[in-house]
Amino acid sequence: MPIILDRRRLVPNLHLIEVHAPEVARKCRPGQFVIIMPDEKGERIPLSVADWDAARGSVTAVFLVVGTSTRKLAALKAGDEVPVFVGPLGRASEIAPFGTVVLAAGCFGIGALWPVARALKAAGNKVIALIDAKAEYLVYWKDRYVSVCDKVLFSARDDALDSKDFIPKPLEELLKAEAPVARVIAVGCTYLMYASSRATKPLGIKTIVSLNPIMVDGTGMCGACRCTAAGKTKFACVDGPDFDGHTVDWDELFARRKSYVEDEVRSLCRYEETELP
Amino acid sequence: MAEDRKELSPEEKARLRAEFEKEWRKELRKSVPVKARTAIGRRKMPERPAGERNRDFKEVNIGLTVEEAREEARRCLDCANPQCVTGCPVSIDIPSFVKLIEAGRFLEAAWKLKETNSLPAICGRVCPQESQCEEVCALRKATGVSVAIGNLERFAADFERGGGAVNIPPLPPPTGKKAAVIGAGPSGLTVAGDLAKLGHKVTIFEALHESGGVLIYGIPEFRLPKAILKAEVDYLRRLGVEIRTSFVVGMTATIDDLRAEGYEAFFIGSGAGLPNFMKIPGENLVGVYSANEYLTRVNLMRAYDFPAHDTPVAVAKTAAVIGGGNVAMDSVRTAKRLGAERAVIVYRRSRTEMPARTEEIHHAEEEGIEFQLLTTPIRYFGDAYGRVRAMECQKMGLGEPDASGRRRPIPIEGSEYTMDVDLVVCAIGQSPNPLIPQTTPGLRVGKWGNVEVDWATMATNLPGVYAGGDIIRGGATVILAMGDARVAAAEMDKYLRGVRRGPGSLGSAGGP
Repeated sequence: MPIILDRRRLVPNLHLIEVHAPEVARKCRPGQFVIIMPDEKGERIPLSVADWDAARGSVTAVFLVVGTSTRKLAALKAGDEVPVFVGPLGRASEIAPFGTVVLAAGCFGIGALWPVARALKAAGNKVIALIDAKAEYLVYWKDRYVSVCDKVLFSARDDALDSKDFIPKPLEELLKAEAPVARVIAVGCTYLMYASSRATKPLGIKTIVSLNPIMVDGTGMCGACRCTAAGKTKFACVDGPDFDGHTVDWDELFARRKSYVEDEVRSLCRYEETELP
Repeated sequence: MAEDRKELSPEEKARLRAEFEKEWRKELRKSVPVKARTAIGRRKMPERPAGERNRDFKEVNIGLTVEEAREEARRCLDCANPQCVTGCPVSIDIPSFVKLIEAGRFLEAAWKLKETNSLPAICGRVCPQESQCEEVCALRKATGVSVAIGNLERFAADFERGGGAVNIPPLPPPTGKKAAVIGAGPSGLTVAGDLAKLGHKVTIFEALHESGGVLIYGIPEFRLPKAILKAEVDYLRRLGVEIRTSFVVGMTATIDDLRAEGYEAFFIGSGAGLPNFMKIPGENLVGVYSANEYLTRVNLMRAYDFPAHDTPVAVAKTAAVIGGGNVAMDSVRTAKRLGAERAVIVYRRSRTEMPARTEEIHHAEEEGIEFQLLTTPIRYFGDAYGRVRAMECQKMGLGEPDASGRRRPIPIEGSEYTMDVDLVVCAIGQSPNPLIPQTTPGLRVGKWGNVEVDWATMATNLPGVYAGGDIIRGGATVILAMGDARVAAAEMDKYLRGVRRGPGSLGSAGGP
């Protein structure tokens, strides 16, 4: 079974997990994801890849604790094993010399967009990152972004970050200041991706989002992750996860993501009250 | 099915004849007069009471006792020219194993089965025998009721497993050749077993975390207990087959990558893992599932044991399952077991055209499943939270037979009505999974996304690459997949023995 090399809290509720998976590491490209199960009874959870190291044979993901299975993941430590770590899955993000690219990253998306930032820079783009977080203490990997991006800004209500507002307002201002912007890539919570897409649509700036619907197998077999893009039903696991944010049916995605909210709460409460040591 | 009946090869005929001529067979035939044999009634498969079994996931059928099995086997007339064998997609020597049961030689009966079928405990449970071996049984022609060949197959396999005396056949010396099997479903497991028995080194690459394909994610515990599947998979491991789960060929490594690692022959058995939807309004509402998702959550992920297992599944007051096949029956009976007050099959044709096995339809009826036949959904309605709350249905009439030979459903204008539902499972079929076709440059694919093969050899257009099961058929049965697999394995064996060792011939690997 795949062995965990590192599991660390990056900021409250957001964790990094690095797993020994040499075959997956060899194939990873920016924008793809893996599926992990914390234990034999866990759910299959899709996580965007946040980094990989073919030489070390490892793949890294950043995840937010939301339910029982992610709660279990957060309790694992280096040396533990996970029964499932499969991938890479999904199509890779499109990387090309676009010109100026703005990355809107929040939550686990700060991790997920890091390989994209790196690849876009290597492809010759001007890369500007806008990191969305409630406050400075929730920002991670700032150094990594600073090391490859032409500019790193923050959207927050935190004086320490010189910011007074969240996305979309700071994004709109940034797009105006940096015009012409060839492309926006937004990855994070559904709201961040929705709000970014809504802000860029009137400006006609192509906006890519990495959709995060509920999945089971991740290989196109079950259709749990179906979403609507450009009026057509798509499977995020094999047709995505990247889609044109201007064509996504956001209401549907918001609703489908909440399919099991009550079950998830019940399951997590039970786990924390009865099984957690 | 009848169109799948085939001519036996001269070798197969000679093999059957030789068994038929054996002294013990002759004596056994003589020991009971034909009249006495035809006078015995078919043993009904004992099953758990409907009102008890529709609340849990334990197996419905109990299996024949030793006495019942011998009595049932006695009904077989041991024909000189057995038609049953021609009705079996893998040409099991049916008379031999049945007569071994009659003679009380149960272990030998199991071994006889395993000469041609690596998964008899599974086939004995899920094969549509009534439209294959049992359909052409001579006793059926004579008396109207065939020998219960499927029940006997199950009996022999269960007897062997229950006694812990699973026989590992002597393996030939290793050939040093490596074969890769993609997908641990019915066809992949069969190819792996056959190739391992021929001395090749076989690795199965399975995308999910458990082996079995549709046998683990699709067919529920109440029809095929996981312990049975596990035993069959363990048997393959003991034959030396390596199984690598959580390995998605096409993503984790492509066929070309595996070729570069020394695999010389490939079998694509990646199945019909792409659920079809009807493309009607409201189909993406919360609570509308594909049968694949619904069954995978319950079977593979054990959602029936939520919250002890983390994966949830919707529990409904009224569940509507769209379709009339075995997958629809599995889904609707699952919904009932999970606590649905009403679990309803909505099927656009009539009972006669239902593709599900008679036994499954019958079991469903006993368990309190409702049938709304000649009916199709035309749209779903959601509540303020985007959850399905109702469906609009339309009644159908039947016209002339279509390409499938079944009468074509014709909508009746003005017959629309609305039905309250809080769970919908769409079980209208699957298409071949696109991952392998998309990631294997040059692989020839048909218009339905199916991998194209030469049906005589199961060879694709790529050297050393074979395919079978639902990836070429688009949604068929376990036994047809296994039939494909047996042909493919024999051809792969020839290919491996003829091939020179060396690098793959297909050019560079597709990865970064």
